[in-house]
Amino acid sequence: MTDGPTPDAVATAAPQGAERFLEVRGLKKYFPVKGGVLNRTIAHVQAVDDISFDVAKGETLGIVGESGCGKSTTARLLMRLIEPDSGTVHFDGRVIGASNGIPVREMRRQMQMVFQDSYSSLNARLPVEATVAFGPIVHGVSRPEARERARRLLYDVGLDASRFMKRYPHELSGGQRQRVNVARALALQPRVLILDEAVSALDKSVEAQVLNLLLDLKKEYDLTYVFISHDLNVVQYVSDRVLVMYLGQVVEIGPVDEIYANPRHPYTRALLSSRPSMDPERRITEPPLSGDPPNPINPPSGCRFHTRCAFANEVCARVTPVLSTFGDDARHEVACHMMSPGSGHPDAPARA
Amino acid sequence: MDYILRRILYAIPIALGVTVIVFSLVYMGPVDPLTAVTPDDAEPHVIEMIKKQYGFDKPIPVQYLIWLKRALMGDFGVSLQSNRPVIEEVIPALRKTMMLAMVATGLAFSVAFVLGVLAAYHNGTWMDRIFTGTAVIGVSVPNYWLSIVLVVIFAVELNWLPAVGMGPRGSGEWEWDLVHIRYLILPVIAVSAIPVGIITRTTRACVLEMLSQEFVPALHSKGITSVRVLVHVVRNAAPTVLAATGIQFGHLLGGSILVETVFVWPGTGYLLNESIFRRDFPVLQGTIAVLAIFFVLINLIVDIVQTWLDPRIKRG
Amino acid sequence: MAEVEALRPGAEAEVPIGAIVARGYWGTVAYRLSQDPVTIAFGVVLILIFLAAIFAPVLAPHDPYKTNMPMRLTAIGTPGFLLGGDELGRDMLTRLLYGGRVSLFMGLTPVLLALLIGGSLGVTAGFVGGKVNMGIMRVMDVFYAFPTVLLAIGLTGALGTGSRNLLIAITVILSPPIARVAESVTTQVRAFDFVEAARASGADTSTIIRVHVLSNVLGPILIYTTSLVSVSIIISAGLSFLGFGVTPPTADWGLMLATLRTTIWANPYVAVLPGLMIFITSMCFNLLSDGMRNAMDMRF
Repeated sequence: MTDGPTPDAVATAAPQGAERFLEVRGLKKYFPVKGGVLNRTIAHVQAVDDISFDVAKGETLGIVGESGCGKSTTARLLMRLIEPDSGTVHFDGRVIGASNGIPVREMRRQMQMVFQDSYSSLNARLPVEATVAFGPIVHGVSRPEARERARRLLYDVGLDASRFMKRYPHELSGGQRQRVNVARALALQPRVLILDEAVSALDKSVEAQVLNLLLDLKKEYDLTYVFISHDLNVVQYVSDRVLVMYLGQVVEIGPVDEIYANPRHPYTRALLSSRPSMDPERRITEPPLSGDPPNPINPPSGCRFHTRCAFANEVCARVTPVLSTFGDDARHEVACHMMSPGSGHPDAPARA
Repeated sequence: MDYILRRILYAIPIALGVTVIVFSLVYMGPVDPLTAVTPDDAEPHVIEMIKKQYGFDKPIPVQYLIWLKRALMGDFGVSLQSNRPVIEEVIPALRKTMMLAMVATGLAFSVAFVLGVLAAYHNGTWMDRIFTGTAVIGVSVPNYWLSIVLVVIFAVELNWLPAVGMGPRGSGEWEWDLVHIRYLILPVIAVSAIPVGIITRTTRACVLEMLSQEFVPALHSKGITSVRVLVHVVRNAAPTVLAATGIQFGHLLGGSILVETVFVWPGTGYLLNESIFRRDFPVLQGTIAVLAIFFVLINLIVDIVQTWLDPRIKRG
Repeated sequence: MAEVEALRPGAEAEVPIGAIVARGYWGTVAYRLSQDPVTIAFGVVLILIFLAAIFAPVLAPHDPYKTNMPMRLTAIGTPGFLLGGDELGRDMLTRLLYGGRVSLFMGLTPVLLALLIGGSLGVTAGFVGGKVNMGIMRVMDVFYAFPTVLLAIGLTGALGTGSRNLLIAITVILSPPIARVAESVTTQVRAFDFVEAARASGADTSTIIRVHVLSNVLGPILIYTTSLVSVSIIISAGLSFLGFGVTPPTADWGLMLATLRTTIWANPYVAVLPGLMIFITSMCFNLLSDGMRNAMDMRF
């Protein structure tokens, strides 16, 4: 990460001086909900609703939020495993999937993903070596060469290739399987790795091992990470910047230290205060989140968080707050009326 | 409730699809459809009449609609053999097939349910093996061969029961008396073989699954006797087993043709067999249409009854 | 973050499996089958039946078509006519050996064709999903809405009798159930992340189906298909029994049973022999398919 000395007014909060590697603009995905006697589409789940953010080359962007907030959908949209309803993603300056941009297949060679469920993401009928070698073979690498690469990668992720390459997924532990998944993702020599809850299903001690492996690999292979997790501690440990999602929208984004030390959005504050902390100094006195997030089929009007927000005001239910910078730090953006001068919220700062 | 409504709505396109297939049977064959439904010795004006009646001068979709409209009113044309309306041939035959199928289903259910429960309860013992073996034999034995074997044993060798027919001197009239019931025994046993096999297996699997669930040891630990546990298990297994039984009944309606042929039982199977050999296409088509729609209805009823008996079943 | 300590990647604190024999799926299936004496026994019987059919010309003591009126309806055990003679004095043993060729062919061919047709339709429907799935599966449902035997008879009745039409009819009735099973397992497999991961690797649909889907669905589809062999043999022999399939004087178990049916009063034990062969063969296939199911049903 680089420090940007000059504030930037562009509302994307990309770190200054760093190349904008991934530029996400207005990404949107609604899933139809079928029902009724005739099984027609009766509603839409607003899984991801108009989100924009950037990822700089070499950084780790952490994405946090409660389950169901659209984190995984975002990951799958980035990989084009699902087609977005609207919005664009620039990869290294080229639009993914556009006629004059970067073809999806080419993008997928440079951007790879590790899934949460280490078991479901490995084909139970293929030995580990074949799983890792699959991608390269698909991309035209000769079989012996792909196998050689697989063995090397297995070694890189901490698995003794001579012992493991012929094993099947059910003969591995959860941590070992997730290492194989990382090796598989690296097999195409990608530049970006999307880690969708990649360590969440692991035991704490194993989780730590895999996290450190990921940090080492990042350095070794010069990778950029999009790290999705509901675990705030893990996100803090690995991320350079953090993006907070709530019901399909971005509510806050900024450098990790800034977000954790100085959260601006009431949702972020509530999330942080609800995590178990060993350090009493860092406790934030904030009402913890109560209840479940509202149904994304019919999200609340205005600010989607207003139904659970302790500071909600009449304006919050009416007007949707815009993600924008405030104050002196151009890299920290929040979507909250309380931060926005002249929004009409009683706690908002006076118009400048 | 929502499911039942959806299930009924779903049965409509299926039933229509069934009629499309039955209708197209006439176009699959090597002969011209007009020839297929016209008697060989028909006068030119009769041919002309049939042509109009069936709409052979019109495009095929229109012909289908004409056919469907008449079929819905029970008009499947006239038998080339007997010159009687097809429906008048099908209904009495269906009644005789139904009787066979109902008695056989009842017998199969009573035998198979007991075998299945006992096999599951004594899982892994010799009793289980014998009953499971019986079930395998039931589904493996060709029922037309079983019919012949039964005739050989009980008619040829022992001379206890009649070999063919459904009444003395080839009478087609049925009475519920001892004289007639003797004619029913062998065909019923023969068509029961497959249902016995399938229902035994279903019951065994279902009861075994029940027994493996947590509540059974819990009941035992409360000191409840195994008979009461058995009653409980049986009650829980009943919806699935009844559903399997219903489906088997449906299959018997359309599947007893071979047994009916061996026993010269004047049901729909026998009618079908005759209609194929005599190239009596209207009868073939009409019989299949009636049996297939019956089968769709039986499936529908089975599904609804099962949902009603066992609300735990969630369906999409 | 006290729990996150800089452990060396590769420190394996967790190796749960002791001695691992990496057999792979089919290796494990073979191993499990080898531990099942009943399945092996019936499998051996089945192999013998197949060998007898294949080597019928070598094994048969007589000409299957040569009639021999003095030997009409000879009893079982007659020297030279070990299993007796049929209504035209032809040697039963010979006819049964030759009949096996036809009956096995007529029973197995539709299953293989249905595996190809129903299997590919079902896998396509399951993998593509959406409207394609609806389209394929609703058509299958319509065929499924007929009682099996009735549809087979209707089709042979419509297409006309003869072995070729009989094969078509049975293929048509066997394809929808296979398609249903294939669709259901493929839909399950498609939901696994490894399919997404394979797509993310840039693999096209046909590669994903070939490498990742088939390896997972073929087992269950084959288990189900083997359970249909017995049905197919019984129905195809049954249709020949009715006279819809193979034509005389070809030796076929179903047809032989039909012609000998008229002789049950004179020579009952010879008359039931062809049916006995159908029964034994179909039972072997059923038990073999049960054994396969047990061997292939793996829930780790």
